[in-house]
Amino acid sequence: MNILVFVKQVPDTETRIQIQNGAVDTASVKWVANPYDEFAIEEALRIRERLGAGKVTVLSLGPDRVKEAIKYGLSLGADEGVQVKGEGVALDDPLSVATVLAAAATKAGFDLILAGKQAVDMDHAQTGVMLAELLDVPHVSVVVGLELDPAAKTGSAKREVEGGAETVTFDLPAMITTQKGLNEPRYASLKGIMAVKKKTIAEWTLADLGVDPASVAPAAARLRTLEASPPPPRPAGKLLEGEPAEIAKELVRLLREEAKVI
Amino acid sequence: MEKFDGVDYMEIDGLFSEEEILIRDTARKFVQDRLIPIIEKHSREGTFPKDLVPEIAELGFLGANLEGYGCAGLNNVAYGLIMQELERGDSGFRSFVSVQGALCMWPIYAYGNEEQKKKYLPGMAAGKLIGCFGLTEADFGSNPSGMLTNARKDGNSYILNGSKMWITNGGIADLAIVWAKLDGRIRGFIVEKGTPGYSTSDIHGKFSLRASVTSELAFQDCRIPAENLLPNADGLKGPLGCLNQARYGIAWGGIGAAMACYHEALEYAKTRIQFDRPIASFQMVQEKLAWMIREITKGQLLALQVGRLKDQGKAKAHHISMAKMNNVDVGLQCARLGRAILGANGITDEYQCGRHMCNLESVYTYEGTHDIHTLIIGEAITGIAAYK
Repeated sequence: MNILVFVKQVPDTETRIQIQNGAVDTASVKWVANPYDEFAIEEALRIRERLGAGKVTVLSLGPDRVKEAIKYGLSLGADEGVQVKGEGVALDDPLSVATVLAAAATKAGFDLILAGKQAVDMDHAQTGVMLAELLDVPHVSVVVGLELDPAAKTGSAKREVEGGAETVTFDLPAMITTQKGLNEPRYASLKGIMAVKKKTIAEWTLADLGVDPASVAPAAARLRTLEASPPPPRPAGKLLEGEPAEIAKELVRLLREEAKVI
Repeated sequence: MEKFDGVDYMEIDGLFSEEEILIRDTARKFVQDRLIPIIEKHSREGTFPKDLVPEIAELGFLGANLEGYGCAGLNNVAYGLIMQELERGDSGFRSFVSVQGALCMWPIYAYGNEEQKKKYLPGMAAGKLIGCFGLTEADFGSNPSGMLTNARKDGNSYILNGSKMWITNGGIADLAIVWAKLDGRIRGFIVEKGTPGYSTSDIHGKFSLRASVTSELAFQDCRIPAENLLPNADGLKGPLGCLNQARYGIAWGGIGAAMACYHEALEYAKTRIQFDRPIASFQMVQEKLAWMIREITKGQLLALQVGRLKDQGKAKAHHISMAKMNNVDVGLQCARLGRAILGANGITDEYQCGRHMCNLESVYTYEGTHDIHTLIIGEAITGIAAYK
């Protein structure tokens, strides 16, 4: 089974985001693999271990720094890595990204594609499903359980829905987006980390993938970020003083008249 | 608790290789997720978190800087970074790993024959065999060459008599590396658990290293097979070689504990309000925090330089002594200052500084006391040994 895992490198959620000239200042950011993608890597490794055969390839689109996210995947046990060079691609636009990734998936060949249900930076939750549509393969999103029958080329995926769960069956090849709860990602072992330098990370350009750069350039993007701004500073809290009965009365009045929540 | 994201005032991360950073991050994540949530309870109850042993073995943390026999074969800097992260969690837990790797696996690796290495090292790397190291005796701490424990040859066996004190892992160990005098020379012996005449009793009532087992070992006409002698260690330099390995790891560990205390005190100081402002805005609190980060930064560079020297085969005992004594001292001072910044909250185990402080009192003394290391430095620069 040939499994592709798409990993996005995102700012660590602990990073204090700085805005400069209406855009996020990436220089001050600590980058990590998108946490939802970690479930995808783990699931791919478990499938390979369960089947006792197969190949797991970690792919990431972006500048050279994304190699760190790929190496993280390799240290966990993925077999190969691919960096798709991101220069000139509208990386904030899900459709542009999905277009490039679809071409990369076609070039790599696959039986299964896994990726996190969304990336924790922009939270679009679009790229995975768009990718599946572009490849014209079935997709199941926000999956918390996955079973495959490689011989029959089918699978079933569990999703959590309001007040219950549903199981969806699909044919392979397919695209699955992963949700917390699917598995417990492993730690990179020392052996895994030491093995990274023996593994290769291929570099693919848009030309290698046969993608017209103009079609995925910022000028062609369907989604454009006009401006980023930090949330307004939280106003100072108000402290009410007096007897409990008076405070309660005043609190109710403020909630009704000022906050207008009751 | 605020997530720990490393302490790196001077961009020291840039001095590590990508691989070293990945290894540190694995240890950091493990400590954050698996050790920190349970360590207070173990420390309070005086129990060792034995459940974590298979997990750290699986990750490759046991004997990580040894080559072959199921060991990861890391360089010494990567190994040091693991010790730093483990001790950021707890000195007692780091002690377990140091004893297993540096004091038990290392002597078998360095002084043992091929049969001994094959027999013990893979099981020890896998965490299935736990080791302890018997050098110190009740009356011989800083002066180990005065030891009373002795061995005599009897046919195809050695017979051991004597006792060892303050032995980490003693009560849970499957094998002990025991140093004893044979015809007046200090030699190393492997004693397996269950050997008649070998017994252990745990030491209770400790203020320190409560999440680690500390025991007394007793040998009474304990007969062990002759092949359990470590052939390639003769004299005090045998055990001292092991101590150099462990002290090197402790040099990193001390900084790890210091980082934990600094991080906790800093986060607290920024949010604790007195006189309508965070206490971090007061000069006397800033002075404490600035002292901590200053000493941590120097300690990081010291540990790193000793690590690079060690990787080049150039680290001398007196280099390691300086790193061990300085960095443990920094850890202890940071724990005390951190506790002071935490005020009354610092005396409860809701916060870590108090536990680190109590732990580091042991670390300050074991593996060569602070004073003995001072004298080793004194000897290195003057050529005169003050302790002889």
